Parts: sequence; structure tokens; C-alpha cells
Amino acid sequence: MDAATLVLDEATKVYPGQDEPAVDRLSLEVGAGEICVLVGPSGCGKTTAMRMVNRMIDITSGDILIDGASVRDRDPAELRRQIGYAIQQIGLFPHLTIAENVATVPKLLRWDRDRIRARVDELLALVQLDPDETRDRYPAQLSGGQRQRVGVARALAVDPPLMLMDEPFGAIDPINREKLQNEFLRLQREIRKTIVFVTHDIDEAIKMGDRIAILRKGGRLAQYAPPAELLMEPADRFVEDFVGADRALKRLALQRVRDIDLWRAPLARAGDPVASVRAQTAACDLPYPLLVDEAGRPLGWLSEAALAGETVTADLVSDPQPIVELDDVLRDALSDLLQHESQYGPVVDARGAVAGVLSIEAIGHALRDSDAVPRAADAAVEG
Amino acid sequence: MVASAVAALTAPLAQVQLRDRSGGDAGCVADDGLCPGWIADNFDRYVDPLVQHVYLVLASVAIGFAISFALALVAHRHRWMIAPIVQVTGILYTLPSIAVFFLLLPLTGRGSLTAIVALVAYSLLIIFRNITTGLDNVPEEARDAGRGMGLTDRQLLWRVELPLALPEIMAGLRIATTTTVGLATLAFFAGAGGLGGQIFADINFKSNVVVAGGLAVLLAAVLDAAILLAQRAITPWTRARAA
Repeated sequence: MDAATLVLDEATKVYPGQDEPAVDRLSLEVGAGEICVLVGPSGCGKTTAMRMVNRMIDITSGDILIDGASVRDRDPAELRRQIGYAIQQIGLFPHLTIAENVATVPKLLRWDRDRIRARVDELLALVQLDPDETRDRYPAQLSGGQRQRVGVARALAVDPPLMLMDEPFGAIDPINREKLQNEFLRLQREIRKTIVFVTHDIDEAIKMGDRIAILRKGGRLAQYAPPAELLMEPADRFVEDFVGADRALKRLALQRVRDIDLWRAPLARAGDPVASVRAQTAACDLPYPLLVDEAGRPLGWLSEAALAGETVTADLVSDPQPIVELDDVLRDALSDLLQHESQYGPVVDARGAVAGVLSIEAIGHALRDSDAVPRAADAAVEG
Repeated sequence: MVASAVAALTAPLAQVQLRDRSGGDAGCVADDGLCPGWIADNFDRYVDPLVQHVYLVLASVAIGFAISFALALVAHRHRWMIAPIVQVTGILYTLPSIAVFFLLLPLTGRGSLTAIVALVAYSLLIIFRNITTGLDNVPEEARDAGRGMGLTDRQLLWRVELPLALPEIMAGLRIATTTTVGLATLAFFAGAGGLGGQIFADINFKSNVVVAGGLAVLLAAVLDAAILLAQRAITPWTRARAA
């Protein structure tokens, strides 16, 4: 099934006997195949907003449209079978085996036995579990991380065009959470579902979201924007505080080394004429020549003595560490530089050849210049 | 009417001295002792009361379970009904059984029916409470996930909630069954026979009391074990632990 579009149109929930709405005229558009993260402090109505989509909670006013059709006109049980549902507590059925858990919705839809069996194995493999080992076990026999994967597999069982995920990695320890997040993002690149993802963790929101909706108390939308825009142009004080004082640093997690203007350094091989190296140096950002091997891989920074004669000798002043890759996120690359107490380091491409030099100064430039980026992205989305 | 009911109740006691003590070692029997020879010779006279006892227990627990189960399902949907049901079944549970037989006699007469009605009344509280507790103990997240995946209330009940409540439900059945085995020894007051009739028929004779009473204890143990085995067979997940 293809991904669905989701529109919340002034969706409002007022619980009986309460004056203040839990969700107040929330309007959002989620494009097909996008992850929309609902984030905010506790009591901001983010879970309520998510549960309105599959009518676990019925809206008081406004409307919610999936692929243009209102959820109000659908039978709740039938609607829910077509929307993947994963929650923090996972909610695996303890009395059913893993295979039976994953097969819950296919059974409701009366798939035949062979199709169910094949699908269960396919899904378990998809979430990196060994079908032969896990199929016949009970949830109590699995680790927390494994159970979480089963929960995701179960939510994906009938290939729903829309998924709701309420803090799906919230109960996992930090190391495994990061692993599951990465795995899920990789999975999402394959399956391209439309996903509503609830979290209270702004870092998780920035990592997972194509767009982030920040809600404040009373279920009011504070800002709905891609992560970069949220970090660079918070709509108001509330968003600024929620995103955190270190939002400039958080932005580093959004950009990769290949996204910024790298410095150039003179490259030299042993035996090259010194004159040509000196000529190169004049045109480069960095005055220090870098020695590379035949394949262009960095060997180290050359000393003055290496350039004393007619041709370059392999006389190094220091090794080339840290070497960063074009696909590293800036945050990790900066961390590498700081750890090596170095101002700059060679950047290599997928084959290991030097593609430029990353310096702390270049990162600083990128942060200052990237104000222009979200506006361009915005125009593309709205236009 | 009351006089005839009292007469009916006391009728079995009048037979006490008429019991046959033939067979076995005459000296031991005359001393009201525990006489293996007599037990061996007379064991067959306990078979019919035992069968009747089993019948009373199984019929009562089965009917009691059916009524409690229906009540529990209704109360599961309409939670305000739990308190009144517990109160009413609680009163039934505390009524002295002899009094219940006495009150029922004009309505249902002497015989198994009266006994079963009374025994059912006793089992209701135990079974109802266990089913309700079992349903209440179903993890909320399992319920939420089930609903979120599109199970209807009925599917949720039969596929998730009741299976998960099985350990408590079976525990309730075990208590109800053992209790009923004991209570059914009074059924002969309602003219329903059973092992109790044997015990009271010659209550001074050790051999008689030990055999009849022993059979009742044995019956309770066997039924309890049978239900426990059934429970283990239908709840394999409760023994699944992290490997």
C-alpha cells in the first residue's frame, strides 16, 4: 500500500466536564511518506492528538482527513486495522507467540494461513529478528529491544499507508534506543510510510522528523516546521526554550560534512616538484601541504624540510588525524576535531581519497550561513 | 409446613442407629475402631455416595461458573454492577447452609435439586470475584494495543482479555471446587445423599468416618489437581520465561 496524506483541520478535543480543550484547533498537513513528530512538554496533548487520528479518541470539532477522506465517516475498528499502531509500552499480547502477535491484524482481515506465515517471517526479518528463533517464543522470553522490534513488525503487518507511533523507543535504554532509531530510519527509507510520531524528547524529534509540530499546554500548536527551521528560526520564546539553549549545536546534527564549503589544501605526492606545490599553496585556504598516496589517500602534513629540495620528500610534521568522511554529520566531525585538539582535518570520500579539509572555522561559517537554507527549503515545500 | 420441613430435615438422623455393621473383625467393629478388614469388606457401599457426591460438586460448580461468568461479562461492560453483585453473592456466601436447605425445601423439595441450588449459591462469590479480578488484571497496554489495531470490544474480550484472565479464573474454579466438595457433605440434610450421608449414618464408627471423610478429601485433591493440570495445558505462556 502506498503512503497516505494526513490532514488535521482545526481538530479539537474537549473532554466532558473540562473547560479547557486537550487539543485546541490543531491544523497540520503531513505529506505522503513523511514523518511528522508531535513533541512538547507533558500535558501538551500530543498523545491525544495522535489518538484522534485512529479514533481511539473522538474529536469534538474540526476534522481529520486521511487521503482526503474524513475519519469521522469510518467505522473505528475498520479504520484502525488500516493504520499501524505502536506504543511505548508495546502492548504485545503475553499469551500469544511472537508469530501470533504479529499476525493479529492479518487474522482480523482473514488472510489465509500461508500468506500470514510468509508475511510474519518477512516482517521479523525486516526488523532484524531471526524468524526461526523468535517465531514461536512468547513476549516474556524476549529482551526489551526485541519486543520493541516485534511491536514495530506488528504495526507494519498489513503494510498500512499510515502509522501512529507513541514514544515507541521511550522505554529502551539510550544505547539501544539510538540503534533502534537508526534502524527505523533505515527501514523508513525502504517502506516510506506516512508516520505520526509522538515523543517528549526534542533530540529524538530532530533526529526522526521530516517535520516537527511543537505543542504547548492546552494542545495548541506553537510551530510546525522542518527541524532545521525550528532550530534556526524558533517562532517564539516557548519554542526557543523547548528546543534548548544548545540549538546551535543541535543544528550540527542536521548537516553533513558534504553540505558545507570545505577548505582546500595543497596536495602533494612524494617526488612532485616543489615549485608546483608552492604554486598550489598560494591558491588554497590552508598554507600547509598534505601528503597523499597514489590513490589520493591522506598520509600526513608535510614539514618545511620536505619542501627544502627540488622534489617533495616524505618528511611529515604530523599524521593526518582526524580524518573525517563526507557523510559524517557535522556534530560528529566537530567532536573528532576537538578530540584530536586539531583546528582542521582532511575530508575523504567513499573511496578514501581527499575531498577537502574541514576546519572549525568552516563549521562556524556554515552555522552562520545556513540561515538561508530553511527559507529555500520552505519555498520548495510551499511552492 | 415448617413442622414437616423440620421433620424432613431430621429424618436422615433417625436412621443413624439402623446401620449395618456386618463383616470384618467383629471385635474391632464393636469398639468403633479403625478396622481394615471391615473397610475391605464394605468398601462398595461407599461407591454410590461417592458418585453422587461427584455429581453434586460438578453440577454445582458448572452451573455456578456459568452464572458467575455471565454476571462477570455483564459487569465488565457495566462496571457499576460489580459492587451490588459482590454484595448479593456475598450474602449468599455467608448464609448457613443448613438454613438454606431449610428455606429451600418448600420450594424444591428433598433431593439433589435443593442441594445443588444451595451449593451453586455458595460458589458464585468466589468464581465471580476471580473472573472480575482476572479481567481487571489484564495489562492496560495489551488492551490499548488491541483496540488500536482494530479489535472490536467482543474480539478484545474473547481473544485478549479472557485468555489473559485464565490463570485467575482457573484459580477461582479450584477454590470453588474444593470448597464445594466440603460443603456437599451437608447435602444429605436436603436429602441429596453424597459422602456426608455416609459419615453421619454412623458417626461414632471410626472406620466409617475415616473412609467417607477420606474419600471426600481425596475427591477434593483429585479435582483440584485436574483443574491445575487443565490450567497448565491452556496457559502455556505463564511458564515461558526468558531463555
